[in-house]
Amino acid sequence: MADQVLFELKSVSKHFQVKNAGVLKAVNGVSLTIYKGETLGLVGESGCGKTTLGHTMVKLYKNDGGMITYKGRDIWDFNRRQNMNYHKNVQIIYQDPYASLNPLHVVRQSIAEGLEIHKLYKGKKRTERVMELLRMVGLNQEHANRFPHEFSGGQRQRIGIARALAVEPEIIICDEPVSALDVSIQAQIVNLIMRLQREIGLSYLFITHDLSLVKQISDRIAVMYLGAIVELAPAQSLYEHHYHPYTSALLSAIPIPDPEVEKKRKRIMLSGDVPNPINLGGGCSFRSRCPKAAKRCELECPQLKEITPGHFAACHFAE
Amino acid sequence: MLRYALKRIGIALLTIFALTTITFFLLHLLPGDPFLNIKVPVAIQEKQMAYYGLDKPILQQYFIYLKNLLTGNLGTSLKYVGRNVTDIIADFFPVSAALGLIALFFAELIGMTFGILSAQFKNRWPDYLLMFFAILGIALPSMVIGPLIRYFFGVELRLLPVSGWGTPEQIIMPAFVLGLATVAANTRMMRACMLAVTTQDYIKTAQAKGLTPTQIVMRHELKNSLVPMLAGIGPAVASVMMGSFVVEKIFVIPGLGKHFVNAVTTLDYPLIMSLTIFYGTILVTMNLLVDLLYGVVDPRIRLD
Repeated sequence: MADQVLFELKSVSKHFQVKNAGVLKAVNGVSLTIYKGETLGLVGESGCGKTTLGHTMVKLYKNDGGMITYKGRDIWDFNRRQNMNYHKNVQIIYQDPYASLNPLHVVRQSIAEGLEIHKLYKGKKRTERVMELLRMVGLNQEHANRFPHEFSGGQRQRIGIARALAVEPEIIICDEPVSALDVSIQAQIVNLIMRLQREIGLSYLFITHDLSLVKQISDRIAVMYLGAIVELAPAQSLYEHHYHPYTSALLSAIPIPDPEVEKKRKRIMLSGDVPNPINLGGGCSFRSRCPKAAKRCELECPQLKEITPGHFAACHFAE
Repeated sequence: MLRYALKRIGIALLTIFALTTITFFLLHLLPGDPFLNIKVPVAIQEKQMAYYGLDKPILQQYFIYLKNLLTGNLGTSLKYVGRNVTDIIADFFPVSAALGLIALFFAELIGMTFGILSAQFKNRWPDYLLMFFAILGIALPSMVIGPLIRYFFGVELRLLPVSGWGTPEQIIMPAFVLGLATVAANTRMMRACMLAVTTQDYIKTAQAKGLTPTQIVMRHELKNSLVPMLAGIGPAVASVMMGSFVVEKIFVIPGLGKHFVNAVTTLDYPLIMSLTIFYGTILVTMNLLVDLLYGVVDPRIRLD
């Protein structure tokens, strides 16, 4: 793994004011590092703040607290030129391939827009670049002048990927890029994403709720629960030892593709509900569902601590 | 596309035929007749009726009317003695159409611009201000706003002529009054359309890519918002071209608007029939044009 740090998030938070209800702490003190060339998997259930975090990183939201630095500089301190450069280097792919393409633009327009905005590949070279991108994602030249509605979900996702790749970014934030697709198509898209990483040396922040998928593609995995990272570890290490009870419950839910072993798989069933994310009190946010919950968990919010080298967990009982 | 157009033209003709028939019989259901007048002897009234063929059985009149219509003969007015209905329309329609189209053009342009601005400043003071005026524009009828601005700009400030038709200055006030409600309605609708588009992922992508808000509006939001806006334009064009009784009355404009009202109160059968059919034809044509335009603006809509 290369050592160059791309992103450094320091206790980033993003809160939303909810009318007549209070404050929703969608992202609440997240600290992460993303290295060049790696895939950081970000897993968590619906509503845990994964997407908000991704959106904050591409500057669709401004974080309320903490700091996001890109190559050592605060992303909100850029001047215009640096800002454009940041927008060039950090791209995003969305979950819903039906909503992420302008229905009135042909594929060529959608892919070339980034090139126009960032003034890359002028004139005839731009057309060539679009064609090259289409080839890279497994589409062909005839597709350039078609509209998004003429494609299947998987093809549309390929277009979305080509659009993100067009401006030669350093990192792509993949916001559940395959969860809207059929399983067979999922595999194709995941393979495409991984192949592109090998060929171009991209970094990914791969947001997903699919645990078996994230295991396959990630170098490191961050587990998120109610706006906070509860465990962060190299992929292999996480699947071998997990220290946070939430991670254990999640991993126990992965089916095993061997019927004999599958029969013996023990599932940790979580009881209780996800607490209302609005106006969360102090203490550990997982305590209402945690089998290990104790008095201490009510009083003190556990911080991420390094259990073994490179493996962090936020639980009072982790060791 | 061609097949679709032909099919739609067929339907349009049927619509106009139905319109003709229904209007014809409804008209003759109205009590009284065009020549009813206590000062005129009954024998003369009967002679007048016979002269225009109004003494014949109603069905026979209907078929005579259809036959004339098909040969392009719209009949003569019962009230404007000796005047052809075709001539009346030819005289007054261009005035109404010119005024109406000018008013509508600016109303659409300004309304959409306001709508875009309003959406850009959603829930901030420019939005509230524009929405306040939009509500005002919808709520104030032309018979209130017309005399008011006519008094203010025409009499007090003496900036614009109070009435008449022919010079560009004479167009400004009536066009404003005529277009005000459209501006207001368009502002609100465009705002809603823009906001519906704004939440789409491809807008977020554009933002993440570094497009400025202006670029996002011009490249992505505008065209996507126009699709629903188109639906309103067809009927608006037709209605505005027919002239407005109130506006033409206030500003003394020789348009078609007054004839719609006068022809009914005087039971001028041929004139009412012709105006209705004329309006219907334009309305149907405009709607057809708009539907064909959909296919051009939005590739997802297949015309077949």
